[in-house]
Amino acid sequence: MQLATKRVTKVAAPDNQLNRPSPALYVVLIFVGISALLPFVWMLLASVKSFGDYIFVDFSTAKNTLRSFWPWVPIGTDGPAFGNFAEAIRRIDLSSTFRATEGYPLFLRQWMNTLVVAVITVAGVLFTSAFAAYAFSMLEFPGKRVLFILVLTTLMIPEELLLVPRVIMMYEPLRPEQAAGVDAIIALIPRFGWQNTLAALTIPFLASAFTIFLLRQYFLQVPKDLFEAALLDGAGHLRYLAQIMVPLAKPAMVTTGLLQFIYAWNEFKWTQLVTRDLPQRTLSVSLQNFLQTDGGAEGQLAMAVAAMVVVPIIILYLFTQQYLVEGVSKSGIK
Amino acid sequence: MSSLARLAPRRQGAKRKRNEAILAYAFLAPALVALLVFTILPLIIGFVISLSNFRVVFRDWVGLDNYVRALAPDSELWPALGATLTYSLISVPVQLFLALLLALVLYQKLRGRAIFRVIMFLPYITSTVASAAVWARLYSPDTGLINAIIRSVGGTPQKWLLEDGGVFQIVASALHITNWPTWLNGPSLAMVAVLIYTTWVFVGYDMTIFLGGLGNIPSEMYEAAKIDGAGIWQLFRSITLPLLSPTTFFLSLVTFIGSFKAFNHIWVMTEGRNGTNTAAIETYRQMYQFQRAGYASALAFLLFTAILVITVLQQWYGNKRVNY
Repeated sequence: MQLATKRVTKVAAPDNQLNRPSPALYVVLIFVGISALLPFVWMLLASVKSFGDYIFVDFSTAKNTLRSFWPWVPIGTDGPAFGNFAEAIRRIDLSSTFRATEGYPLFLRQWMNTLVVAVITVAGVLFTSAFAAYAFSMLEFPGKRVLFILVLTTLMIPEELLLVPRVIMMYEPLRPEQAAGVDAIIALIPRFGWQNTLAALTIPFLASAFTIFLLRQYFLQVPKDLFEAALLDGAGHLRYLAQIMVPLAKPAMVTTGLLQFIYAWNEFKWTQLVTRDLPQRTLSVSLQNFLQTDGGAEGQLAMAVAAMVVVPIIILYLFTQQYLVEGVSKSGIK
Repeated sequence: MSSLARLAPRRQGAKRKRNEAILAYAFLAPALVALLVFTILPLIIGFVISLSNFRVVFRDWVGLDNYVRALAPDSELWPALGATLTYSLISVPVQLFLALLLALVLYQKLRGRAIFRVIMFLPYITSTVASAAVWARLYSPDTGLINAIIRSVGGTPQKWLLEDGGVFQIVASALHITNWPTWLNGPSLAMVAVLIYTTWVFVGYDMTIFLGGLGNIPSEMYEAAKIDGAGIWQLFRSITLPLLSPTTFFLSLVTFIGSFKAFNHIWVMTEGRNGTNTAAIETYRQMYQFQRAGYASALAFLLFTAILVITVLQQWYGNKRVNY
């Protein structure tokens, strides 16, 4: 009986094969897979090598090749140098004028900073977008069309065009005596004085036209009858949004939230421009600074810092890859 | 009194409508204010600034001088645009070709293809600053993995990111060809190294999108064609490729725009040295190193005019060719 059903499903299932997979394909795939992973593996191995082992890269003999990857016992005499992580963190402290006055290292502070920035932007974007998407899909109000077109228009404005003016908007506000001497039009530019603050890294990124658009598409698919039923149960718009719409749009919220988190974690350009003091900076900028100082000379320490930047995001990815890969392949979002 | 009573339901309806509108504006306010202040407003400010000599502080209005300077024959923009075009015109086709190939392979019923998809997507989600830093060390002339592999097979180790010379020139000199014409030098080896890295980062993403596109092709079409005796190549030419063209078109647009804006990894690997000073890098340098806000804004507007023109051309060409 079981066999019979199995055969039926097999026949009914769409046959996507162009031909039977040949062993050669597996060889190609394994080669490509190794190429994709090798830099990560190399980074992790190098991050716990001593400097001497780090510069030993020789593939001329099998023994040396093995040692280039794995210099530790039983091939070598030492164990992995896990102290590299602590040493790298210490060097980041030393390389800056910032002293560990607050009792914990600069790198840890930057790590936390990055996490806070990422969490705030993700939460902010999902919050503002869910409300806006709800208004655009469920409520009637004058100016709905115009405002929606406005949102779609901002979708087309490239971030790069906004970089320089946004930096100027982060400048210190003009003092009254300065404002008098400044050109009237230039004086109109709002200056928030957020340079070097958490506000500069989060507030400009709390809304996303793309997320609004995506969530609106989801909300529109929910039958209106559901709302009528909820209304009879005494629910208002707020409760309907929180208890029905948001759970229904969970796949979209998770995918965009994750991509937003990854984007914030990896962000570099903007943070480099609007932060000056090291404690305010995030991991990507910290890593780049380190590469130009100690990390440039001692590759194993650079790898240790890179690993501390990358590994959390890889772990997050491994737990959520189902959502991410599916979400991206379906909607083609970037 | 009685007329008021009759009016009540209507007024209640009007009141409900008004309440709904107020609620809608309240819901919209956070997102709209943020978009207005940090997207629309900066766009306007950016244009205003590009008409001025703004370096940390505003100096004076210069009209279109920044644009004139950027478009002058001896400006930094032209070599930078050349580098951008080299980067784009190589990276986009190479990426898409490899991604399509991998997607076609993975679309078959292979063991472990799910794991492979997860692995291929990994470079895309990691910080480009971190992975570019790792690759810069793989490219290291003395202690890099890549030169070690080249040495082990008896090849000549290269300077990679530190190499200004063109790839064809390097090949020619390796083959002892003298009098190699300079115009045939090709992109610098540093640029090629950056391109290899770019392919590594994005091929998994492109492949994932291609796989989505392949999934949309009805399998009955293959069945029918197979019954008609079509071979693999014919199936690919007359079914897969045309039906995949919307995906291909979308991807070519997205990767092209992405390649024009490419910044982080180039900055980390070369800071624009050795023939990799693209327009995006040049724009950032004008702001970051020289604080020339006015000039940098003008460059940004010119760069995006270029992107817009190319996108429109691509769109127009695509509409003629793509089968929807």
